[in-house]
Amino acid sequence: MELAQMQKSLQDYTKSLFLEGVLDSQFLQLQQLQDESNPDFVSQVVTLFFQDSDRILNDLSLSLDQQVVDFKKVDPHVHQLKGSSSSIGAQRVKNACVVFRSFCEQQNVEACHRCLQQVKQEYYLVKNRLETLFKLEQQIVASGGMIPAMELGF
Amino acid sequence: MARDGGVSCLRSSETMRVGIGGMESPPLDLDDVHVLAVDDSLVDRIVIERLLRITSCKVTAVDSGWRALEFLGLDNEKASAELDRLKVDLIITDYCMPGMTGYELLKKIKESSSFRQVPVVIMSSENVLTRIDRCLEEGAEDFLLKPVKLADVKRLRSSLTRDVKLSNANKRKLPEDSVPVNTSLPPPPSPFTISPDSSDSSPPSTISPESSDSSPPLSPVEIFSSPLSSLLDDEDDDVLPSSPESSPAPEESPVRRQKMGSPGLD
Repeated sequence: MELAQMQKSLQDYTKSLFLEGVLDSQFLQLQQLQDESNPDFVSQVVTLFFQDSDRILNDLSLSLDQQVVDFKKVDPHVHQLKGSSSSIGAQRVKNACVVFRSFCEQQNVEACHRCLQQVKQEYYLVKNRLETLFKLEQQIVASGGMIPAMELGF
Repeated sequence: MARDGGVSCLRSSETMRVGIGGMESPPLDLDDVHVLAVDDSLVDRIVIERLLRITSCKVTAVDSGWRALEFLGLDNEKASAELDRLKVDLIITDYCMPGMTGYELLKKIKESSSFRQVPVVIMSSENVLTRIDRCLEEGAEDFLLKPVKLADVKRLRSSLTRDVKLSNANKRKLPEDSVPVNTSLPPPPSPFTISPDSSDSSPPSTISPESSDSSPPLSPVEIFSSPLSSLLDDEDDDVLPSSPESSPAPEESPVRRQKMGSPGLD
């Protein structure tokens, strides 16, 4: 594929993530922090987010599977995930965490199980999308091209 | 504090001077703003550290209030002679942390004779007015709503520089004079800055990886926190306040309250 075509694909793809609400403006903030001296900043932070989140989701699954659910353990995990997803602009994950926390407050175990599923769904979605995005970027860079600037005109 | 010569002695002796991307280290440490960042979240720590570095701050990032106190030498009663050399210009801390909250850390700092004059900024993902008020009453300089944006940090940075200029009688050079810094700062905000949750306060029209933010010489970073093992949260049963406070409803706009000491701002 031609370089220009790849760059256009990347732009369109990124745009679609914003339009779908998968990412919000905080992701753009991260991109602003990337430059020649830190060319992989976004993917580094996002990778940390993935590692962090995998662990949290695992802990959440375990906590909710207990005979007696300890919400004092569950809530901080969700809070943490909410925070980190918010920091990287993973809007739908964040929003799912907000809902999750309200059910934690109510100590509604069944609802929390559903929330966890929802959070996981959104998480795997954004993970998949971002991995694709980074692959597209790598292809462009490998072909000697520059990552195109993200226009906010949409 | 060492004001007139010599390297500011940071607690960690492994101060690395890394030439990053061809940038030279600044000749004098004096003019650098040194920030202590406190956040239990690794992702947030990396982001705030980058935000601060890109605005020409030296950063020490730690993962808990206890480590912050340890770094400042406030974790025990005996005064250390080293403290005279420790130069911290700003402490920025997350509010919700296991073990010691940012509020508790704020109180301890304000109680200390060595560091009470250091501005403390609280960050929180939750826009709770009572929380904000409590922190401001306890002496916090500012309260930032997470996720923290570049515009927030630039604003902090510029007010710090102004404070330095006003409060320092000696020949301390302003960073803007000696160092090319991205000067596209937002206009001085009104005391209550409302910015909607999902948009930037200073939206650029294009974002590119090679933006003009790359110019400032990058300062060394000392990561004081222990490595990723700190991620393994055995502090889960510690007090994260299970508060009746709730996250903001979508229609509420976060309010960034300011109580900036710098007269130039209001």
